[in-house]
Amino acid sequence: MSASTLAGLVGAALVGLGLYGFIVSPQPLRKILAFNLIGNGAFLVFGIVARKGAAAGFPFDPVPQAMVITGIVVAFAASALAAALILRLQEETGNVLLDSDAPAKPPGDEAGAS
Amino acid sequence: MSILQVLDLGLAILVLAIAGWTIAARELFASVVGYVAYGLLLSIVWIRLHAPDVALTEAAIGSGVTGVLLVTTGARLRGAGGVETAAPPRLSQRLMAGALAVLVAAALAAVVLLLPEPAPTLAPEAREGLAATGLGNPVTAVLIAYRSFDTMLEKVVLVLAVVGVWSLAPDRCWAGAPAPLGRARPEGALLFLDQALVPLGILVGVHLFWVGADEPGGAFQAGAILAAMWMIVMISRLTEPPRVGARWLRLALIAGPAVFLATGLAGGGMAGGFFAYPAGFAKPIILFIEAFLVLSIAVTLPMLVAGPPRRSPQS
Amino acid sequence: MIETPPALAATAGGSLLVLAILAPVAGILLSFALGGRFAERVALGLTPIGLAIAFAIAALVWRSGAPLVYNVAGLPPPLGIALRADGISCVMLAAAALVIAAAAFYARANFATPKGVMEARAPLAFWILVQAVWAALTILFVGGDLFNLYVALELLTFAAVPLVCLSGKPETLVAALRYLMFALFGSVFYLLGAALLYGAYGTLDIVLLAERMRALPAVWLAAGLMTAGLLAKTALFPLHLWLPPAHANAPAAASAVLSGLVVKGSFFLTVRLWFYVLPALPGGAAEAVLGTLGSAAVLFGSVLALRQERLKLLIAYSTLAQIGYLFLIFPLASGAHPWVADGWSGGIMQTLSHAFAKAAMFMSAGLLAESLGHDRIAEFAGAGRAMPATFFALGLGGLSLMGLPPSGGFAAKWLLLRASVAAGQWSWAIVMLAGGLLAAGYVYRILAPALSAGAIVLEAPPQRSREAIALALAIVAAALGFAPQSFFDFLEVGRAAATALR
Repeated sequence: MSASTLAGLVGAALVGLGLYGFIVSPQPLRKILAFNLIGNGAFLVFGIVARKGAAAGFPFDPVPQAMVITGIVVAFAASALAAALILRLQEETGNVLLDSDAPAKPPGDEAGAS
Repeated sequence: MSILQVLDLGLAILVLAIAGWTIAARELFASVVGYVAYGLLLSIVWIRLHAPDVALTEAAIGSGVTGVLLVTTGARLRGAGGVETAAPPRLSQRLMAGALAVLVAAALAAVVLLLPEPAPTLAPEAREGLAATGLGNPVTAVLIAYRSFDTMLEKVVLVLAVVGVWSLAPDRCWAGAPAPLGRARPEGALLFLDQALVPLGILVGVHLFWVGADEPGGAFQAGAILAAMWMIVMISRLTEPPRVGARWLRLALIAGPAVFLATGLAGGGMAGGFFAYPAGFAKPIILFIEAFLVLSIAVTLPMLVAGPPRRSPQS
Repeated sequence: MIETPPALAATAGGSLLVLAILAPVAGILLSFALGGRFAERVALGLTPIGLAIAFAIAALVWRSGAPLVYNVAGLPPPLGIALRADGISCVMLAAAALVIAAAAFYARANFATPKGVMEARAPLAFWILVQAVWAALTILFVGGDLFNLYVALELLTFAAVPLVCLSGKPETLVAALRYLMFALFGSVFYLLGAALLYGAYGTLDIVLLAERMRALPAVWLAAGLMTAGLLAKTALFPLHLWLPPAHANAPAAASAVLSGLVVKGSFFLTVRLWFYVLPALPGGAAEAVLGTLGSAAVLFGSVLALRQERLKLLIAYSTLAQIGYLFLIFPLASGAHPWVADGWSGGIMQTLSHAFAKAAMFMSAGLLAESLGHDRIAEFAGAGRAMPATFFALGLGGLSLMGLPPSGGFAAKWLLLRASVAAGQWSWAIVMLAGGLLAAGYVYRILAPALSAGAIVLEAPPQRSREAIALALAIVAAALGFAPQSFFDFLEVGRAAATALR
């Protein structure tokens, strides 16, 4: 089995692991970890596609590799936004679990909408 | 089976084991630490895929800066009242999620193995266009020339992420500075790290930027290394995160995308198409844009890790 | 150099497409750099420019009867990125420009930088984010490359999520976090599908993919993954959980943009995927699944809307239902049947009329909440007399939701109904009729208490200008009901080539 085929299988397994974690973790920061695993799986699929596209003297197709680099940066930005949101939420409510359907509401918040 | 294949197999198993650990670990902090190690191993996989540019990016951003972000967030969550352990989800829910995950992974694995041979590729086209850009590294050419539109927009995504993160500040702290990244005054070891590593890191960053035109490296990786150096200095409290209202900070954050956009617009008038480069001047213009991209990335990543302003501007 | 095939060649005026994207992008950067009050000035100053570009693009496409094409960096696909505006791109560009301009002027009262400070958090963020929504939607409507569209989807997520929690209240933070989770899941699944398509065909350009498309396993899996991701972002049943709290808790101007436009961005991409990238796939099953999910959304969303106590939540649940109608376009406009033109026209008309109607309704709800100090429907007695223009806008928007004439919603649902009858697919027709009755029920629930007699004291009368903005949008939604046949012909521009592939 070649290195690239193996990497493709690792990518598929990472997507599966990440998807499982994303669904079952009640802790949002762990959901973000899981999201990153799925993302890495997707990047690896791009990676083997790039490797299989070796041609014209390049050992890889540069286009999918460039897409992965763009994707890694975007995934980091998403993680940062989520982390800031999680921290602020904990500060406001002392609770960051997404499962409870009725989030703690502070007293006196009647109007709600604005 | 050759030695390399055995090593590949071992690497694959190790990556998946640690990935599984980050999902299964009971302690949030343990899984975060696992994730950082996993990211480093993953960059070795990228080397094996003949993707040194991606490996550098994964090590610097995917594992490094994301790792600092997750560790910092985990520590802040713990500091702010403890991460409560939630009741684990019901067995039925876990089984369904597991079944779905296995189904998707299996379908993906099968399809990946069945991808057409010989694989379709844009490598010949990328090679053909390389001469006009004056670059030697085809990945850099894709990022800054062929698909520069994506790259410019992705830099705008980073600016928006900063706006989004800052928008989560309490109102009284607006225009103030984010919380410090480290806890206390530095110890000897950290100070030594600062003195030894930071100058070296800055050199490596500048080097990556310079060689990125022809060899693995480029604006992303160089910016990420410089960002890491700034974060080390901030973690050891030798310097503090700047106020979000500071004019220089705003300008540094938008410099990369703004210069990129301006040259892209100018291309419409001077090179016969938006985001095209005039013949013969491509390489100097690309290096000019990349210099500002490095600056913006080096400033943006640490600000995203530092989070929203937490201290009122007066203090 | 290889000669560019005609389908990929740039057209005159194509540079307008780049300018349409770069104008709001430049606005984002300028607003952020200058900060403070300048953010608002830049955003408001941009609205006439953006409107002019959008309508200029539409005029060019209308006149030539062919899509506008631009190859960024002068490099045609597969190596470069193409931008293309066809009939549906044009109408969506125009709708987005109008709704965003309206929302921006409406929002001035809520997001002015207070006197005495250089810069305030919520105003700065709002004015930047609203321009970002505009930029992202523009790319989504004209993008010709699936990876470029991925970056646009991410741009849209990063713009939309913080809009939800600008007030910083805990319930808005929970709503924003849940929204972010669904959106991230959607992005990464979309990206995974794109990776497979690139692996199969070595390009992500929509026109080139359509030409090369075969029913490979990789294509089916990619289609499934991408569709699942896009549905999560569009909040189609059963991936809708995030939408009602997010849209109901956001500031009114943001809700108008989120409900009227943002969910249409990912819907539009779903349409691009199935009608422009994948039309060569043997159809039927996938389209039926999408139609069935849409039907479930119509019934489920309407029933829940009927049960809401608060106006903004009611309107948010009605969005779930109205999104459901959009997905009837998949069974009713695919294939080469005589009735698909009706299905196509109806689906696009529903997208447009809902954008205007829902934006008008959320703005009206915001005015009500500000004037009454609450938005509890049971306590609306007498409000209709105190705020007639606001309730008129609510009622006019409600016509589109119910599908009663004169309204764009009526035209849309009539066309969809006609297509389903002509196709012999009666189940969709029954769902549409039931959805219309339920919508009549929830619109009646808003208007009936308000029109009943009662003494009400307004905390502050609504600003006339803001009432006028909401009313103007509601009038556009109603006026769409008078769209002539030439308008529907325009929606077919650029679609003929795609359907001919079947």
